[in-house]
Formats: sequence, structure tokens, C-alpha cells
Amino acid sequence: MSDAVAEAAVVYLLLTIFSVHRSNGKFTKVTNVLTQPRPIRLKGRSFLALALSPELPFEDWLARLDDLAARSAGFFLRRPVVLDIDGLDIDRNELRELLSQLGQRNVRIMGIEGARPSLLGSDLPPAMTDGRPASDFEPPSASTEQTVEQHAEEEAVEETAIQTVQARAIPSMIVTEPVRSGQSLFFPEGDVTVIGSVASGAEVVAGGSIHIYGTLRGRALAGTTGNASARIFCRKLEAELIAIDGFYKTAEDMEPDLRGQAVHIWLEGETVKTGTLG
Amino acid sequence: MGKVVVITSGKGGVGKTTTSAALGAALAQGGEKVVVVDFDVGLRNLDLVMGAERRVVYDLVNVIQGEAKLAQALIRDKRVETLYLLAASQTRDKDNLTPEGVEKVISALAGAFDWVICDSPAGIERGATLAMRHADIAIVVTNPEVSSVRDSDRIIGLLDSKTMKAENGERMEKHLLLTRYDPSRAERGDMLKVDDVLEILSIPLLGIIPESMDVLKASNVGAPVTLADDASAPARAYFDAARRLKGEPIPVTIPGEKRGFFGKIFGRKAA
Repeated sequence: MSDAVAEAAVVYLLLTIFSVHRSNGKFTKVTNVLTQPRPIRLKGRSFLALALSPELPFEDWLARLDDLAARSAGFFLRRPVVLDIDGLDIDRNELRELLSQLGQRNVRIMGIEGARPSLLGSDLPPAMTDGRPASDFEPPSASTEQTVEQHAEEEAVEETAIQTVQARAIPSMIVTEPVRSGQSLFFPEGDVTVIGSVASGAEVVAGGSIHIYGTLRGRALAGTTGNASARIFCRKLEAELIAIDGFYKTAEDMEPDLRGQAVHIWLEGETVKTGTLG
Repeated sequence: MGKVVVITSGKGGVGKTTTSAALGAALAQGGEKVVVVDFDVGLRNLDLVMGAERRVVYDLVNVIQGEAKLAQALIRDKRVETLYLLAASQTRDKDNLTPEGVEKVISALAGAFDWVICDSPAGIERGATLAMRHADIAIVVTNPEVSSVRDSDRIIGLLDSKTMKAENGERMEKHLLLTRYDPSRAERGDMLKVDDVLEILSIPLLGIIPESMDVLKASNVGAPVTLADDASAPARAYFDAARRLKGEPIPVTIPGEKRGFFGKIFGRKAA
């Protein structure tokens, strides 16, 4: 389901870019479009991707992959696939060759995990980090495709069930310690309350609202899962960046007289509004 | 079991090595058995500040690699007989520090000494994380300026997540030591105020060490500042910090604020 949405979004994006090019004809006009003051939306979304860990020699591994694909045509179709090459001693040409081999098998790689930065170029899929392990995908068995799909469906049902249970058990996250520089609090399920300060270089990302009972010096991103009614509250505003549902404001865009004040931040249409508290 | 203290900061040049030597010497002068351990493999300095650079035969890496016994590598200070140094290796690579090896050495030292003071290298890489890993107490050395404060904040985050104490679900005891504090610059507003630093880092204050030529003088003669001139302002501040570390409730004074009548007049004129 979710990957279909992603694909749709990508297609939409491509279409818009193309149309901009076509309608304007000139590159300069494209820059004009970009300089318009309308803010860009930053949204967070998480997908479950399938991680492939190839082994050397690649010929043998690809043969085993072919064997798997033969049992279930289309197993990789429309699935986001990440290539995990951690610990593999290969150069860029070998990686490129592997990617084209996978491409011939209709396995499209959306990102590469565990690669040295020098290994990746602009023509290769981007690097991915901080992946969290999820339950294993059920590999297609020797039996018919139908059972595979059933498996997948069962799995999907199971996952949503778990997620709802979690959401009910933990509607909000409460942190009683300061969030230190370099730390990132990520809670897409709901609200985050911090009893303490959020340091410069730290960030809080929440699906719901964010409450900081201290000074907000880092970044706060509320409503990242598409919740426009989420708000940010803090006792003292010194933030580097604030965002609600993808609409953001950097420190430079904020009213200078709000700095150091107790404020709340909300979204009105597509504008980020700020007001003092108390 | 003795207490394992890590002296850490994230940023370089803030006074970790000076602090390790000064606090070590201050505690040892009170009769406690102290060892200071240099974790800065490849860029060791503690032996110079302690004035023992010509007496290093074996070092931490030799002990970890099993090339020397711990007793052979410990260097006893010539001035205070309960003060010992375990030097870092200047020639070896820092990859020679293994987690198992460090654990063995630290627990052996903690069994034989009252205080094991680990001088952490700058940064958040292997050397720094291994130095803090087995600590009971952390002293975060910070200068009153923004980049040092932010790096310290990062280090406090690591102390709360990457140490044995944190992994066992316990709380690491953390103290802030504000060093190179310059009262005249603070008065002019060129430095962060003590309250601002405390508000950002929100850990208890162990002491404030004033910026002083005495620190440079002491390291040039190869003596911890608390041994070189125990009446100097930084030495007195370190002695107080050492007593607070032992749990004595001594109020912290901000240098320059207890100035007398003449001091006030001169202070105003200078500003």
C-alpha cells in the first residue's frame, strides 16, 4: 500500500517538473518559480523496505536470487528495495555492475546501506543510514503465488494490529531529561513532552504536538505525519528551526521579539503563526 | 573499590589534561591513593604536565597488549608519593585500545587505588568513548564559550547513553568544571555567563577555574598546577573542586565577584 503511494508521489513530482520545463521553456523562468516566497513543505514518512544483502561472489548470489524470483514472479515488483553492502569489499564498477544485473531482473534499488561515501556517486542510489530492523519478509515458497500473497496480507494485518495497540498504549512520550546536542527524539505516534531543554544541535520530531518545559534551542518538528493541527509549545524560544506539518521557519524568519519568550506555534492555512504564552 | 573518574569535554584545548593532573595531585596531597591514566594515544601530554616524560618505559597500550605488567607501567610521582601516572603510547595507533583490554586495566586499577582519573582525548571517537566507558563519575570540562558548551552538551548525551553505567540503567554522576574563566572578559560580556552555561548544560557545578598564567607556568616546569604553587588562584580553585568531588559541601565562588573596595574601583577603570 504505502509503496504504491510513494510511487504515485514520485510520478506526480516528475510530472510537475516536466510541466514546469515545458511551459516555461527557459531555465531562467524555473529559477523565478523557485524564488517565490511560498515555503517548501518538509514531510516525514516511513516505509517498510526490503533489504537485500548480496554476498560475494555475485554470480552465485544472483543465481540464488534468480531461483527465488523463479518461484514467485514479481516478488520484488513495486516493493522498495534497499541494498545492504556493509562489509563487502567491492569497488564502484562492481557495484554499478551489480545494480545493472539487479535492474535486468526488475529489482530497482532505492538506496544503499553500509557503503563507504567514496563508493557512491551521483549516478548511484543515495546512501541510507540508521535503518531499524523489522520483521523478516516471508520469502516465496515453492507453492503457488496465491499463498505468498496471503502471507503478505496476513503480515500486513498483523503489523497494523501491533501498531494500533502501541498507539493506544503510548499516546504520548514524556522525557524528563534535557535533550542533548546530537540527540534526536523521533516519535511519529503522537505528542512529545520534554521536561527540560532541547539543546542547540538536538531535534525533536513528533507526529503530534511538542511541549518543551525548558528552552528550545534546537529543532522541533511537529505533526510530521501530516497533522496540521499539531502545535509547538515552549517555555523559552531560542530555536534553530521549527516546523509543523512540513511548513517550517528558521531562526532568521522568526520575529526577533519572540526570542527568549514563552511561545506557542501553530499553523493557519500554510502560514506558521507564533504567539506568546501567558 | 576506588572511584573511576573521567575528565572529558568533546572540544580540545579546554583544559582536560591540566585538570586531570591538578585534581589528581590535589586528591593525592590529601593522602588518597590516586592514578591518572592518559587515554590520548598518539598525542599524549599528561606525562609532560606531570613532569614524568623521561621516566615512561611502558604505557597503557603495552599493558593492554600484555607486553608489560600493570605494576611495571605505573610511574610514581617524585613529589607526592600516593600519586601515580599511567602514560599513553605516543607511537602506537589508538586502535590498540580494545574494550576488553581497557576494562581489565581499569578494574585492576580501581581495585588498587582510591581514585582512577582517566584523561580523555578530545572528540567523540574510540579513545574518548573508551575513556568514559567504565567511569563512575564524569567531570565535563567546559570553557565559557558557545562551541565548547555545545560540545560538552554532546558529550553529556554520550555519557548518558554509551557508558556501562547507562547501559546498566544506572545514572552517571556528572559534574561541570568551568575552566579558563576570565573575570574581566566576563564583565565585558565577551564570555558566556556562569548561569547561562549552567542553564544550558544543567549538571551540577564542581568549580570555576580562573584563566591564569600560573597554569602555563606550571605545565612548563612539568608540575600539576596544584603542586607548582598551591597558593595560586587556579590551584586554590582546583583544591576546592577536589574537596567537592569528595562530597564536601563548599560553596562555589565566581572569580572576580568577591572583589574588595579597591578591586571594584580598578575593575571599573579597566572596563
